[in-house]
Amino acid sequence: MADGTIKSRTGVHIEDRIIDEPSPGERARKRMFSHFGFMFGGFILLAIIALAFLAPLISPHDPFDQQLARKLIPPIWHDHAKVTWVHPLGTDQFGRDYLSRLIHGSQISLLIGFSAMLISGVIGTALGVAAGYFGGRVDMVVNFLITTRLSMPVILVALAVVSLVGNSLTIVIWVLGLLIWDRFAVVMRSTTQQVRNLDYVAAAQAIGCSVPRIIFSEIMPNIVNNLIVVATIEMAHAIILEAALSFLGLGVQPPAPSWGLMIAEGKNYMLFDPWLIGIPGTALFILILAINLLGDGIRDVTAPENRN
Amino acid sequence: MSDRILEVENLTVDIPVGGGMLHAVQGISFHVDRGETLCIVGESGCGKSLTSLAVMDLLPSKAFRTANVLNLADEDMLSVGERRMSDIRGNTMGMIFQEPMTSLNPAYTIGNQMEEGIKRHKNVSTAEARERAVYLLEKVGITGAASRLGQYPHQLSGGLRQRVMIAMTIMCGPNLIIADEPTTALDVTIQAQILLLLAELQREFDMGLILITHDLGVVARIADRVAVMYAGQIVEQGTADQVFNRPTHPYTQGLLECIPIPGKTDRSKPLGSIPGIVPSLVGKFSACHFAERCPYAMDECVAGNIDMRGAAAAGHEYRCLLDNETCDANARKKGVA
Amino acid sequence: MSDIVISAKDVTRTFMISAGAFRGKKPLHAVNGISLEVERGDVLALVGESGCGKTTLAKMLLGLLPPTQGTIKFAGEPVSDIERLKLAGLVQPIFQDPYSSLNPRKSIGSIIILPLKVQGDPNPETWRRRGEEMMEMVGLPARLFNNFPNQLSGGQRQRVAIARALISKPEVVICDEPTSALDVSVQSQILNLLQDLRKELNLTYIVISHNLAVVEHIATKVAVMYLGRIVEQKDVESLFAAPEHPYTRALLDSVLTPDPSMNVPDTQLGAAYPNPVNPPSGCTFHPRCAKVMDHCSAVAPKAIPRDGGFAECHLYDENEGRGRQAS
Repeated sequence: MADGTIKSRTGVHIEDRIIDEPSPGERARKRMFSHFGFMFGGFILLAIIALAFLAPLISPHDPFDQQLARKLIPPIWHDHAKVTWVHPLGTDQFGRDYLSRLIHGSQISLLIGFSAMLISGVIGTALGVAAGYFGGRVDMVVNFLITTRLSMPVILVALAVVSLVGNSLTIVIWVLGLLIWDRFAVVMRSTTQQVRNLDYVAAAQAIGCSVPRIIFSEIMPNIVNNLIVVATIEMAHAIILEAALSFLGLGVQPPAPSWGLMIAEGKNYMLFDPWLIGIPGTALFILILAINLLGDGIRDVTAPENRN
Repeated sequence: MSDRILEVENLTVDIPVGGGMLHAVQGISFHVDRGETLCIVGESGCGKSLTSLAVMDLLPSKAFRTANVLNLADEDMLSVGERRMSDIRGNTMGMIFQEPMTSLNPAYTIGNQMEEGIKRHKNVSTAEARERAVYLLEKVGITGAASRLGQYPHQLSGGLRQRVMIAMTIMCGPNLIIADEPTTALDVTIQAQILLLLAELQREFDMGLILITHDLGVVARIADRVAVMYAGQIVEQGTADQVFNRPTHPYTQGLLECIPIPGKTDRSKPLGSIPGIVPSLVGKFSACHFAERCPYAMDECVAGNIDMRGAAAAGHEYRCLLDNETCDANARKKGVA
Repeated sequence: MSDIVISAKDVTRTFMISAGAFRGKKPLHAVNGISLEVERGDVLALVGESGCGKTTLAKMLLGLLPPTQGTIKFAGEPVSDIERLKLAGLVQPIFQDPYSSLNPRKSIGSIIILPLKVQGDPNPETWRRRGEEMMEMVGLPARLFNNFPNQLSGGQRQRVAIARALISKPEVVICDEPTSALDVSVQSQILNLLQDLRKELNLTYIVISHNLAVVEHIATKVAVMYLGRIVEQKDVESLFAAPEHPYTRALLDSVLTPDPSMNVPDTQLGAAYPNPVNPPSGCTFHPRCAKVMDHCSAVAPKAIPRDGGFAECHLYDENEGRGRQAS
């Protein structure tokens, strides 16, 4: 026939043409690579991650090496006699090379940001998806937990816990992870609620799919976009919280080169040697900006699909 | 002032999309007179909704609209600015949408929204506006109209909301109403009531009505004239009697074959069908868009432009290379004429 | 010898709906005492408008929702006793919206063979082939196996839904408005397909539809629902030839056939649409009934056997209303 149809066994016309659209995966990829924020933020984040991994190789000095004779050398762009290319970002009050400390500090920020995001993500997603899928009493309980958590001031609780239990890196990660899951729970709950009422979930139930299969195979792939966006927000959140905790002296302990700690240690020299807080502050800013741009980009790239 | 409320000639709507230019509406021409109902009927993607948006100048910003003639009551709409357009909309030209849920603002009372409409366009006091609102609500069959004014949209059922929409649309006494699938989202029994109401109001206020729908039953019952759209073009146009009793274009014939009619369609035989799907309107396309699904397609059908030609009766035209007699014979063979 | 494949007896499903900020909850009887029997090979049409409970009833027949009261039986066995996976192999759904009934992130092929996976069908190597055979049977080219739903038209997606429903060879298929969301030219394709498959695979259909023209074409029996009850049930020919319940008459009058010589009929139903939470007393249809009698608001009618089926209307009650039947 002119339209290229053939008859099947039951005498039905076979429709040979499809709508010329890319598959969901292809469409996402195409959009990603043309979105400025996504590419820019992603690139910077990758650069910082690379920095963190290669820290031992590319740091010009040992970040813990104190050389009091060389203390408080300004960075290379200052107009000062002591400036030297040996220490392009200068040295701190203990004579430690700032560039090396900055590079090693990225490890701490990224490690804490990533781990806390993972822990809070697992907790929050589990609670949110359960609330959204089962509704009823489960939803009530989860809502109560979320409300309780939202009424707690995160910084104060973190401070209290850390001052009681101690403040190793592991403890800071766990404290943050156990405190910032609320946005995951709220967003995953509402997204799951939207998806849960769609016909393909009912079809899966009618096929006899078990609840775990429905949640992981039917629902999760359709909410994972929102999950990624929240993950980037919370990673940035965790990094800022760690910096704040360290600044207050109850995060990572010296001599670790956490950027927050570097700001804390430099605050007394703020008026005369402002780079001590300016440099780690700028680094934090760039990292958070990159993560947020990436998150916005992911949201833009996947949002129109979600609306479908 | 002439009887002709809307005159459209060679209307085109193009929308740039990812893969090129989407020719959503391709040079269609139609007109509506006072007291007349024109139904634009077609399936999804034929461009009927965009046509109504084009007439009201409510197309998405990246769409392009062109026309040779677009006159509303002898006023040239192609040259008026947005300011005059917004005076016209809601005033001399009203629009009714499909979803009464989303076309009424849930944050304001019915009375508020109705009064706002008329106060925007005419210099009336609140009391006069309220009086007219009550009058029209009663006209559309809502009992206890005065108390309804204080209600919010969510307190009314779908059918009632649509009646309110209709009342709102005629607050300013428009010359022309464009209704886009006004009853598709409603139950079958309510649909009949709403359609009766529209017909009644049209007679009483002497308005022109353009009804856009995919439901051929609705069209047959209430249209004076019908325009059948397919893939951006009008493929057949004429009075309801002409189009339904002597369908000439193969697409119209195919559509009428598809519909089961209780008491008439043979239950033991399969329903007629049109195989295939609508072609893409992006970029270049063949002269007759229906050719690849048409049982009578010939090589010439994809060669060049096909213009409208007259069918048997005056005022009945269709867009096909086949001549009148052949089409009539086909229709009789299919049992649709 | 009747082979009753699915039956319901006095089935009720009640939801507790909040009636206001401080007023606690009120019961909403979405389905209110429904009994029916479907024989193998039948096409039973459930007809009604929004709020009549047809979707809730469909979910119960699928085993997705338990009845608050009453029993649903499958070939004589109560559905509550049938194990989840076994029931899935007996009755499958086809939903109305082809755009939300397919998971947008899964390929057509994986959607269609999911029932085989879930049932633990013993020959995984055959799954793909059987999926492709199913696709061919419903009129989809097998090469679309790896495509995604967004690349298919509405009609094609509905075919995927049909293939998915039939691949595990169920006995009963529950179609919830299977063609309402499709274009007219596609509707007839899908209806023809459903008819062909019913004969080829010896299926029994329960079709929910508000489109009476479609119902007349494909159904063998029709049950008209109003506010959770079946108000009239007959064979399709009897129902269309002589509808007895006033609501059925109004529904049939509302069917707009494409006849330009006719106008839009006045169904005389009035604008008072009932609230399912606060149903009218007695016969729930009485506020809208053109033939209402005095006691209709006080006493609910029982099912009165008529012409191979029944109608729940006082007009046909031998003790009352006999005199008004003639009108």
